[in-house]
Amino acid sequence: MDIIVCIRRAPTTDARIKPGADDKTYDPAGVNYDISEYDKFAIEAGINLKEKHSGTVTVVCMGPKGATKEIRTAIAMGCDAAHLLVDDGQHDSWSTAQALAAKIKELPHDVVLCGWNSVDNQSSSTGQMIGELLGLPSVSVVVGLEVADGKAEVERLAAKGNREKYRVNLPAVFTCQKGLNKPRSANMKGIMMAKKTQVPETPSNAPANGLTVVNLEPPPPRPDGKIVGKGAEAVPELVKLLREEAKVI
Amino acid sequence: MSNVLVFVEFNEGKPAKPGLQALGAAHTLAKELGGSTTALVIGDGDPGDLGKNGADKLVHVGGEAVAYYSPDGYARVIAAQAEAVGANVVLASATPMGKDFLARGAAIAECGLAADCTELKVVDGKVRAVRPVFAGKALQTVEATGNLWATLRPNVFAEASSDGSAAAEQSDAPFGAGDLKAVVKEIVAGVQGKLDVAEAEIVVSGGRGLKDPDGEGKQNWENLNALADALGAATGASRAVVDAGWRPHADQVGQTGKTVSPKLYIACGISGAIQHLAGMSGSKVIVAVNKDENAPIFKVADYGIVGMVEDVVPALTVALKEALAS
Repeated sequence: MDIIVCIRRAPTTDARIKPGADDKTYDPAGVNYDISEYDKFAIEAGINLKEKHSGTVTVVCMGPKGATKEIRTAIAMGCDAAHLLVDDGQHDSWSTAQALAAKIKELPHDVVLCGWNSVDNQSSSTGQMIGELLGLPSVSVVVGLEVADGKAEVERLAAKGNREKYRVNLPAVFTCQKGLNKPRSANMKGIMMAKKTQVPETPSNAPANGLTVVNLEPPPPRPDGKIVGKGAEAVPELVKLLREEAKVI
Repeated sequence: MSNVLVFVEFNEGKPAKPGLQALGAAHTLAKELGGSTTALVIGDGDPGDLGKNGADKLVHVGGEAVAYYSPDGYARVIAAQAEAVGANVVLASATPMGKDFLARGAAIAECGLAADCTELKVVDGKVRAVRPVFAGKALQTVEATGNLWATLRPNVFAEASSDGSAAAEQSDAPFGAGDLKAVVKEIVAGVQGKLDVAEAEIVVSGGRGLKDPDGEGKQNWENLNALADALGAATGASRAVVDAGWRPHADQVGQTGKTVSPKLYIACGISGAIQHLAGMSGSKVIVAVNKDENAPIFKVADYGIVGMVEDVVPALTVALKEALAS
């Protein structure tokens, strides 16, 4: 089985995000990067499928030249090969999806896995767009995935904790959500392997964005709050404030 | 002139609240642009009354092919309608369904998607969308190079009222069920009557301060649920308690969970990691209950009580019940 995992290199979730000098993108000073949280579930799902059905897991990632740290983490976890689509720009999900889909088209693929959302741009759309671009079924926010006989039984987390069940023909695109699995840590053998693996770097050729960023700004500061009091004795005052001042109850 | 097409989501035969809010946003935007609002309903649901909620034109696409939700099916329908009505703006609510199929729809239309927007405005005749990124650590304003496709965060936009009475244009989806790539076969219901934390007007969240629900924290979580019940609120949780398996991931609020903007957010026993604060700082009013007066949560809270959740939460439930009854 040929499995593709799309991963995104994103600022770690503990990063403080400040607008950069252009007021359009964030200031990268002091920002560390990691695999975007949900992509780790996609990596684990890919390795699980390989372990069960044999095959290879190939990582596709867009990022600056030489930025292979995240890719090597994925290989250390158990992925087999990787492609870095070299790009220094800021791309929206539509541009990113086109660049990734073009690369995936060149590679054999039975299952394409993505995270359901990125922790930075939060468009929750790249996977579905890849599905459309490749003419494949897509199921997003997947929390259950079983593959057999060229088909996948999939569970998707919908509103109110409901789970929608799908049965789709492969190849297909799935975007993975927490709950699908528990991403493993890399072992020593994996880390050694990751160091040795060649990661081909090719230009992303990402087309123009569908969205133009006009501005990036910090959220408006919250008004100064107050400590109403200590312990249960403060509750009547709090309820009064919620009713008369904040008018929310 | 700019026309706005909006998908109005239905739930059990009735327009869902986020759907009506998206319609309200579409109505406001279309008025500002001097265009009209077309409300699109797909599958089960009678769009008959949406003229009262801001729609100038109603389109209902039904038939066997859309009897069940399908991401590619719904995407094809909305992309075709966008073309048919000459829509310059295509909207849906940022619900699990809206987020799913509008992305595919935008790809069919070869447009970008502005996801989870919290504001739409018109500047120099162009529509701009504001969307929190990094779970709310920053706000991004975007314009579309072509038509704007966007999903709108629930509980941010107001519903509209209008006196339209247009009859719905009925048609069947222009493809068969056999043409679909992915279709829902079955829905396994979550907890009955459970409100989604991303869509609720009031959220009551618990953190590590409530302790293990299978041990000494059992009563605390029951107290938290009782507080949520008293307010008709959804329950939320911090990452720490979800990772510990104390609460389901669907409840998680924060950068790796859900970003929420309810009118009232009550954080109990949550210290306030940066990822959590990002996910709930868009709430209109924030209340924090924590035993540590230096907890970061008090920096974003409008009202704080320094105290033990064991004492404060049950007292708050009793007092709120009394207040709501009076």
